[in-house]
Amino acid sequence: MNEEQSAAAANQGITEGESLTRRSFLGVLLGFGTVLVGAVLAVPLVRFSLHPLLTKTTGIGWSNVGKVDEFTSLTGPMKKLITVEQLDGWRKIISEKAIYVLPMTDNQLRVLSPICPHLGCSIPWDEAKKEFICPCHTAVFTMNGARVSGPAPRSMDELEAKVENGVVKVRYQYFRQLVQTKEVLS
Amino acid sequence: MPDDPKNNGPSADPYANRWQRVYRWLDRRTGLGSLMHEALDEPIPGGARWAYVFGSVLLFLFISQVVTGVFLSLYYAPTADHAHTTVAYIVKEVTGGSFLRSLHAYGSSAVVIVLLLHLTQTFLYGAYKGRREVLWLSGCALFGLMLAMAFTGYLLPWDQKAYFATTVGTNMASEVPLIGSALKRLMRGGNEMGTLTLSRFFVAHVFLLPAAVMGLVAAHVYLFRKAGAAGPPREDAFNPRLPTQRFYPRQVLMDTAVALLMICVLGFLAHFHPTELGPRANPADTQFVPRPEWYYLPIFQWLKYFKGSLAVVGIVVIPTLTAILVVALPFFDRRLERRPWKRPLAVGVFLMILGTLITFGVLSKREDRLDPAIAKQVARQNKETEKFMHEPFQPEPASSSLSAPIVVVLDPLSAAGKRIYDGESCDACHGTNGIGTDAGPRLIGEAVKKSPEELTHLLRQPTKEMIEGEMQPVDISDEDMKALIAYLRDLK
Repeated sequence: MNEEQSAAAANQGITEGESLTRRSFLGVLLGFGTVLVGAVLAVPLVRFSLHPLLTKTTGIGWSNVGKVDEFTSLTGPMKKLITVEQLDGWRKIISEKAIYVLPMTDNQLRVLSPICPHLGCSIPWDEAKKEFICPCHTAVFTMNGARVSGPAPRSMDELEAKVENGVVKVRYQYFRQLVQTKEVLS
Repeated sequence: MPDDPKNNGPSADPYANRWQRVYRWLDRRTGLGSLMHEALDEPIPGGARWAYVFGSVLLFLFISQVVTGVFLSLYYAPTADHAHTTVAYIVKEVTGGSFLRSLHAYGSSAVVIVLLLHLTQTFLYGAYKGRREVLWLSGCALFGLMLAMAFTGYLLPWDQKAYFATTVGTNMASEVPLIGSALKRLMRGGNEMGTLTLSRFFVAHVFLLPAAVMGLVAAHVYLFRKAGAAGPPREDAFNPRLPTQRFYPRQVLMDTAVALLMICVLGFLAHFHPTELGPRANPADTQFVPRPEWYYLPIFQWLKYFKGSLAVVGIVVIPTLTAILVVALPFFDRRLERRPWKRPLAVGVFLMILGTLITFGVLSKREDRLDPAIAKQVARQNKETEKFMHEPFQPEPASSSLSAPIVVVLDPLSAAGKRIYDGESCDACHGTNGIGTDAGPRLIGEAVKKSPEELTHLLRQPTKEMIEGEMQPVDISDEDMKALIAYLRDLK
């Protein structure tokens, strides 16, 4: 297209009947229409990309600890390794975690997380002293996980546990460190 | 919106409002006004027509494919191990995933349909005449690239039909004389279909082909503007004489209306009839009857008629000749006549090719329906797809290297070492079986780099660096230390 042609188009074409106002009006209409349709079309895209934030993370389910008979006659905390399944998008991560099963009191089974509420070291059970003693900064807890001394801001964290068909199950979770109240980290 | 081009911009108006002043500011710095003028004031001889909408609609569809494709790749992994799981995740789990994938899949079919309409319109209107050979060539190249996009994209979900259709598709390449077998291996990344095939198809589908399409679309639009709109068949291809109408607003509105219709049709299909995903590809399945997507059915049917040594004629010779005939059209059809009813030979040949394609497509469907064995197998495959679609999403177990390796400790010394490792809370920082955490480094494969003596020394008296990283001296008996080191050296 050369200058002459476009000039001809502008000056003497059949566009002559279309006034400037009609062109501008259509332009505004088209602009708004495009923005509106664009916004509607963006909705599924935004929902799609925000999926990991919009859905509840049901990441951690119940893990088997063992048969309930194993724990009925405990005299001290028993360390058990459990396998925890976590969802990572379309993957399932299986990892091994340690927990403590406490001796039953009033027919109630209690399970402790071994992670120190101070800075997150895992706490071994000292069979000789009958205490949990954190190796990192020597926080001390009783056999039931209650805080005795040291830098820990609270007692050891209890994990949700239940007995189903004679099998002990536990929901493994992490808790915020360095705070006085137990707060679940998702 | 730009003002009328004969007006010398908003600057001429001393009472220009704020928006006009913003526009003028921008225009002086970017040349936006002349750009808009260039884009929108293209003269169309004979005025706007519904017949001219296909090019713009193709551009719109291509953009839609790019956008949906980019979003789909948020959750996709192009390896034979994960591709199917990730697509299943998109379809069954991700919010709006099935809808988006369906838009992309139906969009590819829409591209092929509109491409054929665009080609048919250009051909019937004789719009390739009058110094438009290069424009036509760029269009032919785009046609080929879009078919390649469809072919490469089809494999990516890695389900049964994707796998087997692509097996057949790549096998066909081996019929090309001389380089056939090399070509097939190049496409597959080996002799067999596998994860390298998927990588190659993925790279072609999301990097190479789209880049080529974008470049060629730009060239195609530029060449179109350079040659000018051809107008209706009665118009002179070289020197248009009919009164013109500018691209904006009438043609723009028509193009927009059809694009909107496209959005509605695709949205409707994607919502009410989402694309299905079949079960994961099982190369050991000998029963599967592969069928290509509908636009490849004619060539699929066509190949049935060429058996044995004749295959090369069916797969290579005749399609190549037909392609040459189409591509070279503006070079041998030099007559100025554009009206289709005055070009019986050209139009006749064109309609014959089109008719043949449609007939073969219909025949292919018909034969599948009439053959009881195939009909039964196809029904079974559909049932399996249906079944898979109704199963809940199954997450894929992560490979052991990424999760805690379950170390099988056979050596009793090493087993004792693991008890010490766990008992001393080494796992608090170094993770279960030494996989490492945020608090401490990974130990797998580390201990074997040092002698047991060095390790003992290091554990009893950690270096300054280690202590700064919160590593505590390990205070255990020599016997326990021996066991711990045996365990650490077993972490490989």
